[in-house]
Amino acid sequence: MIRVQTEDFDIGAEISRMTDGNTEIGGLASFVGLVRDYAGDEKISSMTLEHYPGMTEKQLERLEADARERWQLQDVLIIHRYGELQPGDRIVLVVTASEHREASLESCQFLIDWLKTKAPFWKLEDRESGAKWVESREEDTVAADRWVRVTDS
Amino acid sequence: MQVLYFGWVRSRIGTGKEELSPPPEVDSVAGLIDWLKARGGGYASALEDSSALRVAVNQEIAPLDAAITDSDEVALFPPMTGG
Repeated sequence: MIRVQTEDFDIGAEISRMTDGNTEIGGLASFVGLVRDYAGDEKISSMTLEHYPGMTEKQLERLEADARERWQLQDVLIIHRYGELQPGDRIVLVVTASEHREASLESCQFLIDWLKTKAPFWKLEDRESGAKWVESREEDTVAADRWVRVTDS
Repeated sequence: MQVLYFGWVRSRIGTGKEELSPPPEVDSVAGLIDWLKARGGGYASALEDSSALRVAVNQEIAPLDAAITDSDEVALFPPMTGG
């Protein structure tokens, strides 16, 4: 399941909702992304996430489908927030559940790596020196590319 | 044609969405970018370096040379920074 929303989420409640009544789940992995209060040596007072309504949902659904195709998963949850967030606020939640740990751990990392470069979000930081758009990082592209299979094109 | 801008492309151009009617010879995203650049101002500064731009046509990632028609939704934006 995917959700794109401005509201915060409750990690415990989301995990309970996923596992309640599904006793085939042997383990789950989760990742939570948070707003930092610095970039380099500058303070950040807030971060505003912009996204492409319509395309965002399509891309997240595609990422979920891709993860389910690659790993045997009992469940997948991706929640991504947009709008103005403060340092310490949660931005994104990825939870993957499977019978055995490898599938949930690997697919969770896969999803967060691909979200970085394939989910149409853009982040505007409010810094001491003024507003600045967050640039994509080469490391994120490298992290995403390692999941590309030879058969993909 | 519906054209959308995001990130610094939006902030430089000064709008997030506009309805445009480019001439018939504008039949690709690259052609659209050149046509928009010729307007100067924020368009020229936002679209100056096409290697810094990413494109979606009808909400699907597309290459710069993708063909487009009047009924398409075209989006121009910087590399995505999700997560």
